[in-house]
Amino acid sequence: MSTVPRFWRHIPQRYNLVGTHCSKCDEYYYPPRTICPNCRRNAKMEDHKFKGLGTVVTYTTIYNATDDFKRQTPYNLAIIELLEGPRLTGQVICSPSEIEIGMKVKPVFRILGKEGDRGIIYYGTKFVPVEGSI
Amino acid sequence: MRSVSIIGAGCTRFGERWDDSLRDLVVETGIMALEDANVCGEEIDGLYVGNMSGGRFVEQEHIGALISDCAGLSRLHVPSTRVEAACASGGLALRQAVLAVASGYSDVVIAAGVEKMTDVTGGVAADALAAAADREWECFFGATFPALYAMIARLHMHRYGTTIEELAAVAVKNHHNGCMNSISQYQMEITVDKVLRSPLVADPLRVLDCSPITDGAAAVVLAPTEMAHKYSDAPIKILATAQASDTLALHDRRDITTLDASVHAARKAFGQAGLEPKEIDLAEVHDAFTIGEIAAIEDLGFVEKGEGGRAVEEGLTWIGGEIPINTSGGLKACGHPVGATGIKQAYEMVLQLRGEAGKRQVEGAEVGLTHNVGGCGGTALVHIMSR
Repeated sequence: MSTVPRFWRHIPQRYNLVGTHCSKCDEYYYPPRTICPNCRRNAKMEDHKFKGLGTVVTYTTIYNATDDFKRQTPYNLAIIELLEGPRLTGQVICSPSEIEIGMKVKPVFRILGKEGDRGIIYYGTKFVPVEGSI
Repeated sequence: MRSVSIIGAGCTRFGERWDDSLRDLVVETGIMALEDANVCGEEIDGLYVGNMSGGRFVEQEHIGALISDCAGLSRLHVPSTRVEAACASGGLALRQAVLAVASGYSDVVIAAGVEKMTDVTGGVAADALAAAADREWECFFGATFPALYAMIARLHMHRYGTTIEELAAVAVKNHHNGCMNSISQYQMEITVDKVLRSPLVADPLRVLDCSPITDGAAAVVLAPTEMAHKYSDAPIKILATAQASDTLALHDRRDITTLDASVHAARKAFGQAGLEPKEIDLAEVHDAFTIGEIAAIEDLGFVEKGEGGRAVEEGLTWIGGEIPINTSGGLKACGHPVGATGIKQAYEMVLQLRGEAGKRQVEGAEVGLTHNVGGCGGTALVHIMSR
């Protein structure tokens, strides 16, 4: 069982896709980074809210999950490249036969999981397919 | 820096060892390695032990002191250090031990690895293993370890035309090799058809594409090469030890189908040894999943990028082929007690280079390579050794 702060401290990043941007090299980071790997100590990092629109780079459908995610199987997990450049890992809500490389997606706010029957319910971003261009 | 050699090696039988504890496994392998090296306790200058998650698997940390104690070395107060790099913990222990001897700081050093994984249920074990991935930005969203490798496989198939039959062929080969290895967890031949009919874990990876949950331990004893003949008639010389790291999360990699940590570790190791990939006679590579072996033989330079799947199907990596891979049965068939795997790879190489590998012996084996990966490429270790 985790404590509340573990989830609470990442609320802006997970609810609203707040990452970082280095204004020195103009690179975007999500998940957020404190240090820019390009500029390191010379970096100028600032918060950046991502639109969450992106493309499926690769994916899988999970049939055998850890105890916390067992009830959700089968579910799709993908690496998604956001319009601004960075890539993240997230679930894509659609049929396993529907998901494919190159699929356009947009973000939705969802319950991600809960820790047992009495534990914390935690929320964050999942993705759904978008028709047409993004 | 001094040249370092392996003067003794031991490895327990791998499998679901319900009758034995982590401590029993450590003692079993320690005695084997020390008897093989003909070394007594007073000569041991240090111990390094690779262990990924004693805390999660057996609720025991402080594995360094524990193994020294279990090995009967507590009254000698030998320094004993546990190292951790997820599934590369064993390879990392070997490297730390090599550095300790090479530096001149120590003479006789033991590198061991151990993992006791079956004292917890499958779900707990899967979660403990998932801790090798990025807990906050991968696992939090439902990623499992097979899922990450499945996403590597999916993109490899999309980009290079690799097929699920080629993935399955890795498992078929490694089970075939495992049948000739008495310590191997699985002693059964499988077919491509059987792999493709096994249940999906994370599409396209199925149960028989995945290495199992395993209990086991392994140990090697190192000494300066100049002293090695005092202990062993057939010491195995370490020609290179290299390590590299990369982003923890798969999504941050330069290329999702390439483990850059493997590429960089291999480049450094070949540089140290003054060798090229084609001069290696055989290799033990990190096939935690079948796609892992395919990516590894590409990243290590044995085949061109994208050709790994074909290489397996065409027989290049079978015993008798151009570059036999995972003669022990690999992680897939021999088993994968995560902390022990890197040391077991060295153990297999010692047997092969001594010519003691029995039915799975690679004829004329002189130079071998071992490749151990932590997570899905956050850490990679490459060692090259010769007889």
